[in-house]
This record gives sequence, C-alpha cells and structure tokens, in this order.
Amino acid sequence: MASLHVLANPARFRRFSQRVLPALSIVTALVLAVGLWLALIESPPDYQQGETVRIMFIHVPSAWLSMMGYALLAVLGASLLVWRHPLAALMARGAAPVGAVFAAVCLLTGSLWGRPMWGTYWVWDARLTSMLLLFFLYLGHIALSRAYDDAERGDRAAAILALVGAINLPVIKFSVDWWNTLHQPASVMKLGGPSIDPSILTPLLVMAVALLLLFIVLVLLRTETEIDRRRLEAAEMLA
Amino acid sequence: MSGFTALLARDLRLVWRRPGDVMVVLAFFVVATVLFPLGIGPEANLLARIAAGILWCAALFAALLSLERLFAADYEDGALDLLLLAPWPLELAALAKCLAHWIVTGLPLALLAPLMGLLFGLSGEGLLAVGLTLLVGTPALSLIGGLAAALTLGARRGGALLALLALPLCVPTLIFGTSAVESVAMGEGFLTHLAILGALALLSLATLPWAIAAALRQAGE
Amino acid sequence: MTEFEVSGLSCRRGGRPVVGNISFTLARGELLALTGRNGSGKTTLLRALALLVTADAGGIRWQGTDVRHDRDGWRRRIAWLGHLDGLKGDLAVRENLATACHLREASADRVDDALAAFDLAPLANRAVRTLSAGQRRRVALARVVAADAPLWLLDEPLNALDGPSQAALRAALASHLAAGGLAIAATHAALEVPNARVLELA
Repeated sequence: MASLHVLANPARFRRFSQRVLPALSIVTALVLAVGLWLALIESPPDYQQGETVRIMFIHVPSAWLSMMGYALLAVLGASLLVWRHPLAALMARGAAPVGAVFAAVCLLTGSLWGRPMWGTYWVWDARLTSMLLLFFLYLGHIALSRAYDDAERGDRAAAILALVGAINLPVIKFSVDWWNTLHQPASVMKLGGPSIDPSILTPLLVMAVALLLLFIVLVLLRTETEIDRRRLEAAEMLA
Repeated sequence: MSGFTALLARDLRLVWRRPGDVMVVLAFFVVATVLFPLGIGPEANLLARIAAGILWCAALFAALLSLERLFAADYEDGALDLLLLAPWPLELAALAKCLAHWIVTGLPLALLAPLMGLLFGLSGEGLLAVGLTLLVGTPALSLIGGLAAALTLGARRGGALLALLALPLCVPTLIFGTSAVESVAMGEGFLTHLAILGALALLSLATLPWAIAAALRQAGE
Repeated sequence: MTEFEVSGLSCRRGGRPVVGNISFTLARGELLALTGRNGSGKTTLLRALALLVTADAGGIRWQGTDVRHDRDGWRRRIAWLGHLDGLKGDLAVRENLATACHLREASADRVDDALAAFDLAPLANRAVRTLSAGQRRRVALARVVAADAPLWLLDEPLNALDGPSQAALRAALASHLAAGGLAIAATHAALEVPNARVLELA
C-alpha cells in the first residue's frame, strides 16, 4: 500500500484532491440527477404509502452512509493513534460533520416518512432510535475534537472515542433492538414488502451510489479545508 | 504493597477525609428521584411502572456528577504525572481509579436505590432487582464515565462534554438494567438480564482500561 | 563512563518545533543545568526524557540501551519534580511521601531521612493543604530524595524556596551526586553546585 502512505502527507493529499475533485463532482452530479429522476419520476408509487415512499430513496442510503462514516472515523482514529498519520487527524475532522449530517438527514427523512403513516413526527422505532444514538456519538466526536486549544490533543482524544464508539455500536444496536421488541412487538418500518421489487431496487442502488459519491466529494472538500486551517494556525503561531 | 493497592487505598483515604463529596452525590440522587413523582403525578400504578427507569436514570446522572473530578484533581495538582511515571501498567492505575469511584458511588447507589424504590411501590422482588442490577451495572458506568473523564481532561466545557460522551455509551447498561425490573413486574425472572449486565461489565473491563490509559497519556503530552 | 546519553532529540508541540536536535552525555556524579528563556523548551525536554512526551526524533540511552525498550524499567530509574508539586492536599506530609514510594512499588524506608534533609520533621503530620507554597515545594523535593532513583529530573527546583531551603536542596543534590547519582535540572537561577555543566536552550 505504498501509494496510500504517499497520500498520508497532507500537502500531497491536497494536490491529489484538487486534481480529482472537479471530475468527481461532475460525475456525482450526473449520477445524482439520474438517481433522483429514477426515484422521483420513474419508479411507481407504493400502493399503501403513495408518493411518500419516495423519501425512502434518500432515507435508506443516508443510513448506510452515516454508519460507513463512523466506521471511517474509527479507521482514521486507529491510523492516527498507531501510525501518527497527520492526514488521518485532518480527514477525521473533515469527515465527522459530513457523517453527522447524513445521520441527521436520515432522522429527518425518517420522521417525514413516518408522519403520514403514524400520525406523529417520531416513533421509538429500533432503527430510528439507534440512528439517533449514532447521531449523538457523532456530536460527541465533533465536540471533543474541537474542545482543546491544542488541536492535536483534540484529534487524538476524538480518535480514542471513535474506536471505543465503533466497538460499542453493535452493542448499542443490540440493546436498542431488544428494548424495542419489549415494548413494541411489531416493527413499524418496512421497505415495501417482504421482497424488494426491482422497480424499487434500481433507483435505491443508484441513489446509494450517488450519495456515496457525494459523501466522498464532501469529505475531500472538508479535508482540504482542515488542511488549510491547520496550516494557517501553524503560520499564525510562528508569526 | 503493589502499586494498584497503594493507589486504591490512597483514593479511598482521600474520600474518607472528605465524605461530604460523596454525600452530596447521594443527596442529589435522592432529590432527583423525588422530583419525578412531583413532575409526573402521584398515581401509584404509573409510578410503579416507571420506577425502574427513574431510579436508573437518576443513578446515572448522580454517577456522572462525581466523575468530573475522577482524574481532574490529579491533573491539577500534578499527581497525574506521577501516575504516568509509575513503573507498573497505567491500565491498572485506570482500573484502580474506576474501582475507587465505584466503591464510593456505584455501590452506595445500589444500596440506596431499593430504599427509594419503596417510594414507588415496587414489590419485594422488584426492589431486589433494582439493587442487584445497579450493583452489577454500575461498574460499567464507572468505567465508561472514567473514559469520558480522561478524554475531557483540560477541555473546555468539560462537564457537559463528559455527559455527552458518556451517556450514549451507557445506553445498553441502562436498557438491560431497567428491563430487568419490568421483567419482574410481569412475573418473569431477571436472571438473563443480570447475566447480560455482567457480560457488559466484562466487555467494559476488557476494553476500557486500555482506552482510559491511552487518554491519560494524551493528557500528559 | 557515560551512563546517560541523549542524541539528536527533537520534539514538536502543536505543530511547532520546540526542542531541536539536542545532544549531550551525562556521567555518574554529574549535574546538567538546562538554561534558557521562558518557552525555550526546557520543560518539554525534561518531559521527553521522562517519556511523558513522545519525541519526534532522537535517542535516549541509559548504559547503552534505548530507554524506550523497557519503559517500566526506565521509570524506576528516574525521580521527577515537575512544575506542580504532585502532592495531595488532604494527606499529611509523611502520608504523601509514603504513598509516593508505594506508588513506585518501592519501600518507604527513606522517608524519614528525606523529611530530615528538608527540615520537615516538625510538619510531618500536617495536611499539605495547610502548608505554604515554599513548604510544599520542600515536601516535593523530599519526595524526590525518598524515591532512591539514580537520575533526578527537576523542573525549576529552586522556585518558591527561601535561603535555608535552597541550601538544603544543594546539600541533597551534592550527596546524591557524590553517591553516584545523576541529575538534570531546568532552572532560571544558578544552582551553585560545583562541577555543574550547563546546556543553554535557544
């Protein structure tokens, strides 16, 4: 993995990112356009839920990406603590808000999706509750990394938190599922039936890819920002 | 005398010299518990059903109150440097600190909570469930809280940040602790819940001392 | 005979280089005084020698072996005096010293001698929080003496000490060095110990 180690230098990464971003952004926009068209126009409305099922095309990929984002934070955390890659710290700082936003989008779309069905803006469904806790873990990571005047101290503390959080996430999910079955025998959210119809699967996967590309673009952009910010701070201190 | 024993004895002796610190935490637990019926209403059936949740949440908040000082005192007077320089594993030192915290906070809470449970009309077996689940569950809270305390040493807004970090990680323990009492109310046993709480405690024991030690080393850098 | 050798040690803090390429050797019976202005990296260098701070580059060797290969062994060999005293206010003076020895997993035999060296015997049973800053600094120094470690790492040991206490420190240093010990002290003021070498940090 020599090429990955080369990228671990923030300055080199920034040059790489600047070269890649324009093309990547265009591809992202295209895939997003295709995905949205498929989701909003092409695919049929659900016979039970009507048009609102279309929210699912954003809700489900957001859930996947927010979980992937936290796994990324854990990997970056491990790489910071073990190999002291400076880029790992900066990318974690950049990626955490992006993952948090996807978690928030998942919660909001879940709430909007549920309103017509349940009549309220929130139910304590197992998956939504787990996502809410994941959102809190993101908030903790973001707050901790920015709680110190010495930015590197914040980075390393957040890295430890990300690793502990990642180990705990399955435990949290397990306990919330248990809690939910205790108090609510039937799961409320269904994707649209026992088997997923291909007419729903294709738009879902296209949206998933589109949002993944968007995630990558946003993380690259934010990492560039963090690299610049760290350089500015270093320059200020020397001045 | 091993370093672990010396540290544990020192911390317990320090608490013994200032018992007020612990008393305040227990008093907070009592006041917080009593606040709920005042806020919700004295209907006996309702109170009996939500007793477990209230007792556990109040215990959680009370434990969090005392966690902020767990490492902060050593950080502020320079004793933390001496712990970092001790010639035996820092992970054991972290464990000794969390154990001391549990002895003066978790253990008294586990004994006090069933008494408060009387105010909520819990059955005898329910009271036993409250006491035992807190006894088995609070060690994990001390370890998780210890990690949050170590991570926030010297941070701005340390207290609130500590709660933000610790509470989501405490959710599994909270869920199984409270569901044990509800299980009793439904006429079933709570041994499974106790076993799961024990497993959670063991998981914390197997992972968190290393994380706490890593966080303490960061604080010394 | 070179007991202690540092080569090319560098440390960064907050991204800035704070300690740059420091090298020196120290033999038994020698004292090294670190001088320099505030912010010149004296404390960081001491903390790096104690392995409290991870250095970016360079080697630290004790009797030829890198100290990082046996960290616990290294910790047994050093006695530390930082900016802060490291004392517990609610414990008595003697309790503080005894606990400090037990936390190093060492016996507390030398506590009484250490108390006597700094004229602390009359204060032995007083809680540390009732002492003045100068008295607490003496207790901290007594802790170093009681530790029975070959290398002393001292950060501003003369701070807050009055005339008699400074003399007591010099006497303690002298007998430590005479017994074959080593010491590195960061200091503003002159230590006035014979044969002290000086390393100025820019």
